[in-house]
Amino acid sequence: MLIRRRPELPSSEITDERIYVDRRKFLTASSLFGVAAATGALPGCLGASPSDAQADDKLTPFNDVTTYNNYYEFGTAKEDPAKNAGSFRTRPWSVAVEGMVKKPAVYNLEDIVRPVSQEERIYRLRCVEGWSMVIPWLGFSLAAFINRVEPSSQARFVEFTTLRDPSQMPGVRRPVLDWPYTEGLRLDEAMHPLTILATGLYGRALPNQNGAPLRLVVPWKYGFKSIKGIVKMRFTDRQPATAWNKAAPSEYGFYSNVNPEVDHPRWSQAKERRIGEFLRRRTLMFNGYGDQVARMYAGMDLRRNY
Amino acid sequence: MRRSSAIKPVVFAAALLPLAILVYDGFNAGLGANPIEEVELRTGRWALRFIAITLAVTPLRRITGWNEVIKYRRMLGLFAFFYATLHLLAFVGLDMFFDVGDIVEDIVKHPYITIGMATWLMLLPLAITSTKGWVRRLGGKRWNMLHRLIYVAAITGTIHYLWAVKKDTFLPFVYLGIIASLLAWRLWVWLAKRRERAWREVPTIS
Repeated sequence: MLIRRRPELPSSEITDERIYVDRRKFLTASSLFGVAAATGALPGCLGASPSDAQADDKLTPFNDVTTYNNYYEFGTAKEDPAKNAGSFRTRPWSVAVEGMVKKPAVYNLEDIVRPVSQEERIYRLRCVEGWSMVIPWLGFSLAAFINRVEPSSQARFVEFTTLRDPSQMPGVRRPVLDWPYTEGLRLDEAMHPLTILATGLYGRALPNQNGAPLRLVVPWKYGFKSIKGIVKMRFTDRQPATAWNKAAPSEYGFYSNVNPEVDHPRWSQAKERRIGEFLRRRTLMFNGYGDQVARMYAGMDLRRNY
Repeated sequence: MRRSSAIKPVVFAAALLPLAILVYDGFNAGLGANPIEEVELRTGRWALRFIAITLAVTPLRRITGWNEVIKYRRMLGLFAFFYATLHLLAFVGLDMFFDVGDIVEDIVKHPYITIGMATWLMLLPLAITSTKGWVRRLGGKRWNMLHRLIYVAAITGTIHYLWAVKKDTFLPFVYLGIIASLLAWRLWVWLAKRRERAWREVPTIS
């Protein structure tokens, strides 16, 4: 299973030397031979850096990616998930697919992951709090899975739900958010080639604090849209309620596209601090993925649909 | 007298400990992935803690009768100002890197920054007039009046914390609860005193 389909989408442009060197470890670790093949074919692809590329996008160190997390199910401090998610059980795991689909079922994780080839995607992640990272994910296109379950013609949205297990998730014992955590995408957003379900990062299995065993990654939206620990996907014709929107409707909208021109009511979104850097940098519209995604929002007032 | 002179340097050193730990962590990668945010969080929390400790001096003295504790009040109050100033410097110098435009915009546009800035500006005259010379110059009564500003600063400082937090307001409310109890104790004492005076002044009907 060779994966040469290096997306025409700009992952995050430059592959850091470390990941390049790392690819062997990643080979042995996950036996994802295809990824190595793709990596080998990489330099050519990267030479043609797309318009929104930022030459200075370096990978955020593994240690930072895995110790500075927002995953309130395991506590609200950034270091809490790394501390509290260690013994979280990610096997057996299943995802219930419900609603307007032709093949509703409870899918075992293996059934979801095995038929598709895992590929590496280097994406910028911009948190609504004003910090960002560059993360080499392993995963596969969400569209591939959606096509398998065959949404019916009425389906217009997908609602995602995170596990809510008080015995394993100390954070859900306090009503910080309306548990379980839910998120949602418009079907076209869910089907977009940039949208992935991630199963790993840095060439290894996804650490629990990063949303194992299965999480969403939508790189042009604020980080909280990229829901972790997914146990349910429901296809619907109505815009689903989302956890942060319910918690503070004036602060977090359904779309939550990265937008430097629309501030959070309490703080500016014009700049961000890239983890590991000292000076703040300008935030890019759609987190720099405008060329690929802007057309989905043509004609929409992004100030109202924040 | 001798005992207090021995304790003072100990209190002073203890009050510097949070800074020492911060510096140590800074040099030993102990501030996590976002060290600037961590510096802001820690200095801000210590400023609030020292405000609370300073406000606890008088109740402690009245309730326990341990009068000597008053001797540390000025120092503790100055440490509140010290950590508040470090907090402000971290914001201006590290977080915003002296970007005047962004700093001004933040202060004007974002209420939690506005109220934080206002809190520091309230602490400033208290720090300046904390010397014996200023007590003399202002006179005890006026000095006391001025220094009641710490009651306001304690509340606005905690609101600053509350508004800065994204969602989990548990800790800010703990701080607010502690500050509110310390102020409520004063209100209660003041009301009791007034009632007593009123009672004494009731004309006796003969």
